[in-house]
Amino acid sequence: MSRKPIKQKADPETTGHEWDGIQEWDNPMPRWWLWTFYATIIWGIAYTIAYPAWPLVTQATQGIFGQKNRAAVAAEIQRYEDANAPVEAKLVAADLTAIASDPELQNYTMNAGGAVFRTWCAQCHGSGAAGAVGYPNLLDNDWLWGGTIEDIHTTVSHGIRNTEDADARYSEMPRFGADELLEPEQIDQVVNHVLKISGQEADEALAAEGATVYADNCAGCHGEDGTGDRAQGAPNLTDAIWLYGGDVEALTESVSNARFGVMPAWAGRLSEAEIRAVAAWVHSRGGGE
Amino acid sequence: MSSSDTPPALYAAHEPVFPRRVSGTFRTLKWVIMAVTLGIYYITPLLRWDRGPNLPDQAVLVDLANRRFFFFMIEIWPDEFYFVAGLLIMAGLGLFLFTSAAGRVWCGYACPQTVWTDLYILVERWVEGDRNARVRLWNAKWDFRKFRLRMTKWTLWLLIGLATGGAWVFYFTDAPTLARDLVTGQAHPIAYTTMAVLTFTTFFFGGFAREQICIYACPWPRIQAAMMDEDTLVVAYREWRGEPRGKLKKGEVDPGQGDCIDCMACVNVCPVGIDIREGQQLECITCALCIDACDEVMDRIGKPRGLIGYMALKDETAERAGREPKSVWKHILRPRTILYTSLWSLIGVAMVVALFVRSPIDVNVTPERNPLFVTMSDGAIRNSYELRLRNKHGEDRPFRISVTADARFRLALEGGESLEVMVPADSTLTQRLYVTAPAGTSAAKTERTDIRLWIADGKSTDRVNVDTVFNGKGE
Repeated sequence: MSRKPIKQKADPETTGHEWDGIQEWDNPMPRWWLWTFYATIIWGIAYTIAYPAWPLVTQATQGIFGQKNRAAVAAEIQRYEDANAPVEAKLVAADLTAIASDPELQNYTMNAGGAVFRTWCAQCHGSGAAGAVGYPNLLDNDWLWGGTIEDIHTTVSHGIRNTEDADARYSEMPRFGADELLEPEQIDQVVNHVLKISGQEADEALAAEGATVYADNCAGCHGEDGTGDRAQGAPNLTDAIWLYGGDVEALTESVSNARFGVMPAWAGRLSEAEIRAVAAWVHSRGGGE
Repeated sequence: MSSSDTPPALYAAHEPVFPRRVSGTFRTLKWVIMAVTLGIYYITPLLRWDRGPNLPDQAVLVDLANRRFFFFMIEIWPDEFYFVAGLLIMAGLGLFLFTSAAGRVWCGYACPQTVWTDLYILVERWVEGDRNARVRLWNAKWDFRKFRLRMTKWTLWLLIGLATGGAWVFYFTDAPTLARDLVTGQAHPIAYTTMAVLTFTTFFFGGFAREQICIYACPWPRIQAAMMDEDTLVVAYREWRGEPRGKLKKGEVDPGQGDCIDCMACVNVCPVGIDIREGQQLECITCALCIDACDEVMDRIGKPRGLIGYMALKDETAERAGREPKSVWKHILRPRTILYTSLWSLIGVAMVVALFVRSPIDVNVTPERNPLFVTMSDGAIRNSYELRLRNKHGEDRPFRISVTADARFRLALEGGESLEVMVPADSTLTQRLYVTAPAGTSAAKTERTDIRLWIADGKSTDRVNVDTVFNGKGE
């Protein structure tokens, strides 16, 4: 505020910087800053002694505190597993259809099931469970082997058409073309019949012929009306959902060479709690029956 | 040192400050502010506020575990954090306003560092005596008396620190329960750790670091310089009136001498250890104690008060020229302060309005994008939406879900027969909603259809809506 700075004997020099008459004094730093700086150096050295730090030829110095990140992670995982053990036991003991009515169990099951699905199932069925050509969409209301929570649990446990589980769901469609069970014309006819019963555009004349071919060769599994048979995993041919495609080329391929989708059995690879969780999770995605 | 043969020292030892006791207008004001601020701090967590059976009855509570903030009749959820942001902006603008109007008033009167340091100095003076006694004690050899006085002082400081940390943790959990748990050793380790940290920092900052925090650690003094201008009222020395300073000799009147008698009262009372007569300095927290000290002396020697006083730079020019200074209000009321006040009020009003129009029910909608839609066996197209339903009532409420759109849709809730879901009291429920467009309808055939989801509270007329989209198959 004063016009002339009143210089006193002990005043430090200025830095020579000046803005609008404001000068910057070249004050010494407070000594305690220096001590703080030394303290950080000592802290740094002590830290590298206490914890793993300096890289050596094959490994780093281990530190006298014996800190091991792997062990810490393992302990952390174990802690969560111990904490989850009671609810997992409850899940294994519970009736599958009763899970949803227990909020605590339901909450755990949905989170665990989602994690299991994203780890083990998403590779084929997609991270959103929407499937792909040849890998069923688990969100819709069409189920080859049944869509109740028990059906899904059985499918996940034993798999489909695999060789390692004797209880795997199994069926095999004949290769009508490759094994010359049907003439190429007959295949055209039956394909047109399938197009017709699924509500698509078809050649009426061929379809009429195809009805006979269908009744003789296909109705045994897919049913007289083409609505399929879940006991054999025979798809419904009248709906809008096609695992391998519903156009002429895809249908011709399916009839000629058949399809043989395989799913592994998970019973030996996942725990019963994990299988139950993922079954419940899949059941809750919108298609469950 | 300005002598050329010895280079200036790079580091300087800390020089302890021994502020002398002073009384006067500003000291009284500071005592009142200290009592009020400390009172608010210590009493607030003890206040009770009845919110019904399921909610805490503490008037001010930051419930971190349940992510709720309670402030008397107001309850803030995490999704309403903008209220906290608004409060912070208001606090910032408030500081701008006060700084541009009256300099570092925050620093000088209300900052916790100042208030607690003031309290610690009070204790220090009470135990060890006033300035001269404290300087003597500082220089004295360690003997039993010094040891006893120091121990008494430090114990009292530690107790104050403990009370500071103790009150702080009360803001985060039910105070009476925590008080009992703390005493019986059953409180959470975090409570003890927080208390220990705050006890130590209060003890150290208030007892030892004091002005060093303001000068070296706090960024605020540096920012404040940008908010002051020539109309800002700051504590200043009227040098043209005081100089040339000189001792007053009995019976002699030297006509060339200024009003300053170089009694050092202003320096001795200063808590940051500066000489205000050297002009405005970054160390000055404008606590105004030097005004009280100087006024006391001026009264005694029969000179007018105000050799040191609140003054704006503009006044200096006027006063030097012998003109009347502008009135305080003319300094304070200027575009800058009016702008700060308007912005401050605007945000305040907006927040109050937002507080009163907010709905006790709320919803967030996340459309499922993996996949965008699912084809059903009958050819219908179904979309999934994740609803996060929030019930801010203290009781369970049924939420009814409906849709308005140009197209025809079927709705279904995962795991539910009806379109009503019970949301538990004071909580958020995640619910999956299915919206289906029947085969062949326009929504099933077009790529995107705008829809509006409505959530209605079954027990009141409250309802909220969210606009989202329905993804169809496209042509």
